[in-house]
Amino acid sequence: MTEETLRDLIGRVKRGSLSRRGFVKRVAALGLTAPMATQLLAVTGAAPAAAQSVPAYAPARRGGGALRILYWQASTLLNPHFAVGTTNQDSSRVFYEPLAGWATDGTLHPILAAEIPSVENGGLSPDGRSVTWKLKRGVKWHDGQDFSADDVVFTAEYSRNPAVGATTSGSYQGLNVVKVDDHTVRVEFERPTPFWADAFVATAGVIIPRHLFANFNGPNSRDAPTNLRPVGTGAYRFVSFAPGDTLRAEANPNYHLPNRPFFDTVEIKGGGDAVSAARAVLQTADFDYAWNLQVEDEILQRLEATGRGRVNIVEGGNVEFIQLNTTDPNVEVNGERSSITTQHPAFRDPAVRQAMALLVDRESISRFIYGRGGPATPNFLNNPPRFRSPNMRMEFNVARANEILDRAGWARGQGGIRQKDGVRLRFVFQTSVNAPRQRTQQIIRQAAQRAGIEIELKTVTASVFFSSDVANPDTFTKFYADMQMYTTTMTQADPQRFMNQYVSWEISSRANSWQGRNVVRWRNEEYDRIFREAEGELDPVKRAALFIRMNDLIVGSNHIIPIVQRPLVSASLNNLRPVLSAWDSTMWLLSDWWREA
Amino acid sequence: MVSLCVLGFLVLAVLIGPLVWTVPIDEIDFSKRLQGPSWEHPLGTDDLGQDLLARILYGGRISLAVGFAAMAVAILVGVIVGAIAGMAGGRVDAALMWLTDLFLSLPELPLLLLIIYLFRDSLVGIVGPEMGVFILIVLIIGGFRWMPVARLVRAQFFSLREKEFVEAARALGATRTRLVMVHILPNSLGPVLVAATIDIAAAIIAESTLSFLGLGFPPDIPTWGRLLFDAKDNLDFAPHWAIFPGLAIFLTVLSINFVGDGLRDAFDPRRVK
Repeated sequence: MTEETLRDLIGRVKRGSLSRRGFVKRVAALGLTAPMATQLLAVTGAAPAAAQSVPAYAPARRGGGALRILYWQASTLLNPHFAVGTTNQDSSRVFYEPLAGWATDGTLHPILAAEIPSVENGGLSPDGRSVTWKLKRGVKWHDGQDFSADDVVFTAEYSRNPAVGATTSGSYQGLNVVKVDDHTVRVEFERPTPFWADAFVATAGVIIPRHLFANFNGPNSRDAPTNLRPVGTGAYRFVSFAPGDTLRAEANPNYHLPNRPFFDTVEIKGGGDAVSAARAVLQTADFDYAWNLQVEDEILQRLEATGRGRVNIVEGGNVEFIQLNTTDPNVEVNGERSSITTQHPAFRDPAVRQAMALLVDRESISRFIYGRGGPATPNFLNNPPRFRSPNMRMEFNVARANEILDRAGWARGQGGIRQKDGVRLRFVFQTSVNAPRQRTQQIIRQAAQRAGIEIELKTVTASVFFSSDVANPDTFTKFYADMQMYTTTMTQADPQRFMNQYVSWEISSRANSWQGRNVVRWRNEEYDRIFREAEGELDPVKRAALFIRMNDLIVGSNHIIPIVQRPLVSASLNNLRPVLSAWDSTMWLLSDWWREA
Repeated sequence: MVSLCVLGFLVLAVLIGPLVWTVPIDEIDFSKRLQGPSWEHPLGTDDLGQDLLARILYGGRISLAVGFAAMAVAILVGVIVGAIAGMAGGRVDAALMWLTDLFLSLPELPLLLLIIYLFRDSLVGIVGPEMGVFILIVLIIGGFRWMPVARLVRAQFFSLREKEFVEAARALGATRTRLVMVHILPNSLGPVLVAATIDIAAAIIAESTLSFLGLGFPPDIPTWGRLLFDAKDNLDFAPHWAIFPGLAIFLTVLSINFVGDGLRDAFDPRRVK
């Protein structure tokens, strides 16, 4: 073992891409003893110490006045387990809390849990088969009842009860929840589970009060009055709610953390559009915070220049990317287009796919269209940083694309369009109606034109494109086009669910009503195999390496072309101190928001 | 007269303009983005550095063609339906007015979505994306704007056919066709022409609504409505981008309205000279 590799490993521990345990294991394999390895870490300053993932909360007292928040999509329901879409999840989160939430650096932050389970504190079993959560003591529901392990056990029962129809049911399959005592709960998994922090964590994990929902744990779940008048444990309690319009809340005087919450009241106003929301904060300062500003950066910068507010950019795993169809959208097999029994006549040639990747000018798209809201990326899996592949490159080179196509035998024919064996390089490129996307489409179209590829642009209104309507031919999951572009969201700090988008059993087809997540319909045996391996791999370093390999396989095939990362962009007034996270709801730590005097 | 000149100028400009001003409409140049008017780009550039003059000229062809063609469809259908109803009366009239009411009560947007969903692909396959969408839009916009015209014509017919000069013509033995073509129709055209001019404007705007929903022309075809739509978010720091297409729509609609007024005066047989 050379000094260089050792330094490299220590560097990775410091950057967070290698866990301390992983380090000790590796170094031990190389002949160093474990205590020596931890010593090494302590000496170089990579020891646990103060890994502060959440900014310090400064206010010494309450009474901070009103907090006004603007959501340009209004919420309609306040039951977190029925929430479809971020707005309802966020609004519910004002009142309800999970055992733990995800901080923006991808680490867990305890909320209703007394501590985060780990092998060291006995919370995690070394075989990956169970997690024991210790609950915080002295927490009360807004109606004065005590919060206990019964509520946690009930939440799991409620969510996975098919008669309830909860949207979070997926997080509670294949596990068993046991009450150990009034303040301890154990989650037992059927299989070794490296990613154990799904149930009771973050958006899918908010705990609901058993004493109010017990009578609605069945087909009558939608009739519960608490669906619209929530009673939670959160820092703010319910005042009034007009679905599709305004939600009002006031400070919870019995909150379980000292000096919190800071604000007396919270108002969440819904409606409008992203640009006017940005104006309402940055230009006119009518509101304190505006959510999800999908606005061209040029506009945000000019609004920011007025000096009243600032734009918050939180980097997560969302990525805007192009898919090149593996199947033929123009051939019907038993009434199904883009059927997996077909092959795309042009994209089955790797040379065409490589040329397409060379024709996407990511630097310009990032610089001139998305700005701070979209750094260019060669990778599909970008965050957390330990999963980011160093092996992929991005290049924009029309001349090389031409050269590759020439060499592969695609000759220019009528109108300068390349063709080979009767197949013309003429593609339909679809995306949703959205100004930056239409700009991107035009930039790609022009570059393709210079390489003898004709692209017909198609736009579909977003509510259709992203719907799961089985009857509509224009949804992105049907993919009845040669190419398409959209953003895929990464909702957890672990890439397992994100990377299942390319496994063969997730292929979107009529058989599964186009609900499969593999929309590009790509199949690769190696990918399937290492995905299965990663599902059961408990060593975090090896697991990260498997996900990096998956990223390299799919990106290297050029069937998908990543364009830009899409961090979460929001606006707040200069004196507001929001605590945001890319891996959890906007409201995940509303208790810690405050305003500087 | 002035408005006729302005309209003529606009039509000529979009017809001949692209031959004279040969800057390509889709040349992307990031070093020249969002520039104001200059000699190189007389109307400035948009956020991709594309020349706005070239885009407005090109888009004008489409917008004007859509406007006029849709207006022609609406007027033709409206006048025929209105005239038949107005002359025939009785059951035919009642049936035709039911039809008109039916069309008026149809929700326009869902139907549009349905029609485009059903026919877009097949039509695009036959005549290409640009022409296919053009035909669809013209038929749809025209097909949904004829009802007011039909009612207008019918009402005019009802009042005119009882007028003394029509009575006189009938007494002189004029046939029904001659009554309609020579005496009643010309006299009823005044309001129709005004309605027609409003229809052109409505058609131009309807086209931009469709583009807005992603159902109109492909996004790289710069119709005036699409230019305005793209420009709206940049209004406060790149006003030229929205002003010029907006001005083009404004001038077109205004001059067409004035021309309509003038035509009505010219056609009005009862006008005292």
